[in-house]
Amino acid sequence: MTLSWVTLLSSQPIVAAFNLDFVRISESIPFILGGILVTLKFTALSAVLGFIWGTILSLFKISNFKPLNWFGTVYTSIFRGTPLLVTLSLIYFATPQLTGFDISGFQAGVITFALNSGAYISEVIRAGIQAIDKGQTEAAVSLGVRYRPMMLDIILPQAVKNILPALVNESIALLKDSALVSTIGAQDLLRRAQIVGAEKFVYFEPLLIVAVVYYAMVMTLTVTASFMERQLQRSS
Amino acid sequence: MTPSNSEDGNGSVAVKIDRLYKSFGALKVLKEISAEIDRGEVIAMIGPSGSGKSTFLRCINLLEIPTSGRIVINGADITNAKTDVMKIRQNVGMVFQHFNLFPHMTVLQNIMYAPMKVKGAAKGQAKSKALELLGKVGLVEKADTYPSKLSGGQKQRVAIARALAMEPDIMLFDEPTSALDPEMVKEVLDVMKDLANSGMTMAIVTHEMGFAREVANRILFLDQGRLVEDATPEVFFSTPKSERACQFLEKVL
Repeated sequence: MTLSWVTLLSSQPIVAAFNLDFVRISESIPFILGGILVTLKFTALSAVLGFIWGTILSLFKISNFKPLNWFGTVYTSIFRGTPLLVTLSLIYFATPQLTGFDISGFQAGVITFALNSGAYISEVIRAGIQAIDKGQTEAAVSLGVRYRPMMLDIILPQAVKNILPALVNESIALLKDSALVSTIGAQDLLRRAQIVGAEKFVYFEPLLIVAVVYYAMVMTLTVTASFMERQLQRSS
Repeated sequence: MTPSNSEDGNGSVAVKIDRLYKSFGALKVLKEISAEIDRGEVIAMIGPSGSGKSTFLRCINLLEIPTSGRIVINGADITNAKTDVMKIRQNVGMVFQHFNLFPHMTVLQNIMYAPMKVKGAAKGQAKSKALELLGKVGLVEKADTYPSKLSGGQKQRVAIARALAMEPDIMLFDEPTSALDPEMVKEVLDVMKDLANSGMTMAIVTHEMGFAREVANRILFLDQGRLVEDATPEVFFSTPKSERACQFLEKVL
């Protein structure tokens, strides 16, 4: 089935005009597309962990306890001030040396991306929390509600709703940046395209396929997000 | 005024405020305020804007931390660092000028939340209590509505029900009708009147002079951070002692 689809694609005039040859890599296409799962798994894990870590960091930043403020600020500045590719390689190569644990590319990637996106998300969440009317905190406190349930049940749900668009943007950035893990050997979409390219000596076609797949995934995320946003707006 | 005989919590004094000072930086907002509120008493706090009456009220449940002075509620010194303020606050209900309902919860959820979360009430129990309170403020049919769909007056009545759900001994009202359209003021004041008649101890910061005169047992008049007059409404509105109160009443009545 794949083959007939590929033949059909190859017969298109534009494909012919660019001298593209999908037939040569046709049997490798399922292998490349298998990377979708790896990329999605990677992105989802990093996003969830990054969100949790970012929430904790944002609470550090608005805390009255100075050392926590300080930690949050320094932490964020480090991850903002270094290229993601550098931190990624650092964690991948330093972990075995420091701990003796033979970390996989996938694991190193998830850790780095969670730590990194935590830094960015913490700023977003901090702003989101601080944008919530002070009256909400006062109302909760007046009812005798303690800090933890107040944050979890009253402040954060409202903050997250306001910052949802920003969180989706962060997930999109994560999804696209996930291609960086190809440099440390995780078999994501991009890495698979490169493997196929090296085997078959054709690079343009696999990369083109991968680009289209990334685009489709990002668009799906965007559309889902705007749908969710509309649903949430309705309930307020 | 009944003599203050109690700090043990069983006497007639619900709130005792002793030489309260509050500053925001260099700005002295409250200066040496001492007052008592007896059980079942309804106190109206009035005064020109900037006189510190809201800050005074907010000190009573520590939304503002006093710079110095003592506040004793039901025998517990809430200005003492060892006191669990959250425990005290459960017994002091607060109603705000801008309602501060939780917008992501329905009316019913707004009212049920604190009893369930703070007091560990069972869901069914909290719900029947909430519906009973909604009945009192005349909003049972709005139980499943979100706050954004309510009028200002309805929001404030829900806010009162939410505070009452914790079964407080004392209710504080911070300009509860100031953010309302004129035609909605009455519905809120009526609810407050019922509450006062039921024997609730209340402290109300208000600009509604008619209401203060009719419902309050005592008027506290503040000016420039000082408690200038502490009198019954009859005395205060007919023969105020201070020059400042005379001027104020001339303008508002």
